[in-house]
Amino acid sequence: MFRTFNLGIVLGIVMAATLVYFFPWVDQHRERSLISVHANGGNSESFHIMLPDDRIMAGVAGAQRSTPPGLDWPELDFLANIQAEMFKVRNENGVVVGVASRMSGKSDQHGSFVEWVVHLPARGTMYVSMDPDPSPDGYREGSLRAGTREFLTLNGVVLERFVKNDFGPDSDGAGRIELATALVGPAVELE
Amino acid sequence: MKYLISLSVGMFVGVVLFVLGLYFNPFVDTPRVSPLAVSDLDLIDLSYSLVASESIVFTNDGESHVKPHPARVLELWEPTIIRTRGFVTILTDSRGEPAGLGVKFASDSEETALLGGKVLIDSVWHIYLQDRGTMLIDQTENIWRYVHDIVIPARLSSGDNWRGTWYGLITAGPGALGTARVTVNTGVLSGTEAEAVESITAKAYSSITGPVGMTGNLTIALPREEE
Repeated sequence: MFRTFNLGIVLGIVMAATLVYFFPWVDQHRERSLISVHANGGNSESFHIMLPDDRIMAGVAGAQRSTPPGLDWPELDFLANIQAEMFKVRNENGVVVGVASRMSGKSDQHGSFVEWVVHLPARGTMYVSMDPDPSPDGYREGSLRAGTREFLTLNGVVLERFVKNDFGPDSDGAGRIELATALVGPAVELE
Repeated sequence: MKYLISLSVGMFVGVVLFVLGLYFNPFVDTPRVSPLAVSDLDLIDLSYSLVASESIVFTNDGESHVKPHPARVLELWEPTIIRTRGFVTILTDSRGEPAGLGVKFASDSEETALLGGKVLIDSVWHIYLQDRGTMLIDQTENIWRYVHDIVIPARLSSGDNWRGTWYGLITAGPGALGTARVTVNTGVLSGTEAEAVESITAKAYSSITGPVGMTGNLTIALPREEE
């Protein structure tokens, strides 16, 4: 009986270790990536943000209406010309796939900048630096400055465009921000 | 029958031994000294409060014990972002003066492996520093030691809290020395890549409300501007 008890101990340890090893403690929900692959090996994908529904935070000095309600945006001199926003990001099908922050501003020391950090939990993060001045047709072009995981080795361009809603009773500020990416991986020598 | 009972009791003891071994595993430890401690680079020390109510914005799935702040902020309840936290805070310098603005996204990592003492989080900081411009810090955090030393004792405590003095590095990569990767986009050092580490100094934690007295510290090692 003592041998059976010892066997039980060993079995218990092995079973618990196996369970802990194979149990998926974190299993991020994935949406199918809606990517178009091009002949040069690059791929394009588009994301969008519905405004105002997907805006988590809009931090800007002297704002009359705060998002979220109750936001206490610090009145600091160096934030006077800085705008920081946080959003939920949707894929082409309108499904939320991540979150993003957008910082824009102007300072004597660093000039003007517009930046995005798009964080897709199941895939990785893109750090995008945009041209501060949009083109006449409303597009702002930027480049992928850095990426993590799926975006680590990619390079390419990102286009930003705000499309205003012209309908509805309260269309002020309502619309969508479109982010279109065209990324390509490093060239690989074929054998 | 007695053999079956003996086997069952043995298995139960085995599971308990395994859990104790996992918790007190002497082979799992995180470095206590920052890999940037000995560096001839320009070190920037930034601090921020980890108490949600002291942040500008903190949001999560809304079901966690740490409540979003402000109360009416949009919660991250969608399946793809339910294991993600968003955090906006003012970063202060070593003198306690506001130095910049930080936005942090942190998601539970699928690389988490309890058997190896790895409770991992993929996180990114989007930072604006008034003296240095903007940058991205991306890192993998290992919060096993934090969970082991603070969260579990608080949960087991009859008062549902933990008090003490605790310091720990949480950055575990992707750098070879366990450092985070920094990409500077604007400012004098635009285009530079650098390293950083994040640590936590804790004094009080409640298993009901989350961090009570807790400070996060970011140390960024940037090349000197004249280089």
